[in-house]
Amino acid sequence: MVQPLNHLRESPSQTAGPYVHIGCTPNFTGIEIYGGDLGTSMKTGPVQGTEITIKGIVYDGTGTPLRDAMIEIWQPDAAGLFASANETRGTADPNFTGWGRSPGDMETGEFTFETVKPGAVPFPDGRMQAPHITAWIVARGINIGLHTRIYFEDEAAANAVDPILTRIEHQNRVPTLLAKQQANGSYRFDIHLQGPDETIFFDI
Amino acid sequence: MSSADMPAKTGGYIPRDRNWQPEALTPPYKTSIKRSPQAALLSFPSTLSEETAPMFGHHMLGPQDSDLIHNYAQDGASAIGPRIIVHGRVLDENGRGVPGALLEVWQANAGGRYRHKKESYLAPLDPNFGGCGRTITGADGSYEFRSIQPGPYPWPNGMNDWRPAHIHFSIFGHGFAQRLITQMYFEGDPHIKLCPIVGILKTQAAIDALTAPLDMNRTVPMDSRAFKFDIVLRGRRQTYFENRKEGL
Repeated sequence: MVQPLNHLRESPSQTAGPYVHIGCTPNFTGIEIYGGDLGTSMKTGPVQGTEITIKGIVYDGTGTPLRDAMIEIWQPDAAGLFASANETRGTADPNFTGWGRSPGDMETGEFTFETVKPGAVPFPDGRMQAPHITAWIVARGINIGLHTRIYFEDEAAANAVDPILTRIEHQNRVPTLLAKQQANGSYRFDIHLQGPDETIFFDI
Repeated sequence: MSSADMPAKTGGYIPRDRNWQPEALTPPYKTSIKRSPQAALLSFPSTLSEETAPMFGHHMLGPQDSDLIHNYAQDGASAIGPRIIVHGRVLDENGRGVPGALLEVWQANAGGRYRHKKESYLAPLDPNFGGCGRTITGADGSYEFRSIQPGPYPWPNGMNDWRPAHIHFSIFGHGFAQRLITQMYFEGDPHIKLCPIVGILKTQAAIDALTAPLDMNRTVPMDSRAFKFDIVLRGRRQTYFENRKEGL
């Protein structure tokens, strides 16, 4: 016998189920409470940097849009600083929360985030990472929330030396992590849970 | 300075134990089949993007946000069902309480019906029950909700699958890496061992970790029974060694 480690184990995940919106965006479902849903707006006043819109749809393995997903994003401000208690490198833009939550459109499943282009943030070894947004997807049928990252197709130089993007074995899958600017100026970031265009998901 | 006097450095998040957590593809839970990634996850140590998280303050909470019996009820009315208190602590894997964690809960009413336009179960809605609540943990990671015990309900999967009574929990800790959604079950529910969603859990220990015992010590006599549900989020590595960059 050896001494017990006495570490606790992370609570096991369970699916968010079909009614995650009751708990996380109740006003979206018609339950008027709390004075509004959290994460609806990422801006509380005039923000620094370039304001952008990101739209996308989460697709299942048959190509059908999910209409019961919830997507959250988390990112630094335009200067690369997080509005977080754990941010020690400076003070983030006070009018930018960095966090957004979207239930997706109830009919089309399309999610929308009105945000700012994130600044670059260092990797643990000090190298700079390409500008990116962290995303987390939950829904009925997803047993444990899926982490991925939104990088930007128009940041080719930064992407080419990013510590994570350059370490991906299947470079032909990297485009699944790139938001693509549309003719109207907004970015498109569709998420494919399965299939030939399956998005790269992270264990991070 | 001896190591005993040195403050521990906070390192990256302890990797998620994928042998303990459920798989993405669990065919008895049919919806997972076309919603599960098939390629390997890309494993990387956590970075600032995952080691930070938005700030939620107690100031944003209304006085009834954590009281599901009353937070959607007409004045003077209350939700129908067995009155319960759900309480516990949010801890990290190192056993430390997680203060300031945002907990959001949602559940069916006492008849097993959710307040949602896509929900078609024949059990009636309770006009005084919305089915959602939220709170933020205290300095020691503790929290408490008041609610009614939800009912079990049938769901389309197999021909005759029923969910055990459960409360959904969404938990936001100090780092985006800790983000978690799970479900709390009730001690003694015979549906637990029959449910395909509970069945994705790999061990009895994992099922037990999501099953809240009756806690008579917190019961309010002549008012509410209590169930205790502790939640564990990922922890961060602690190290005294300085000659190593944080997070690696």
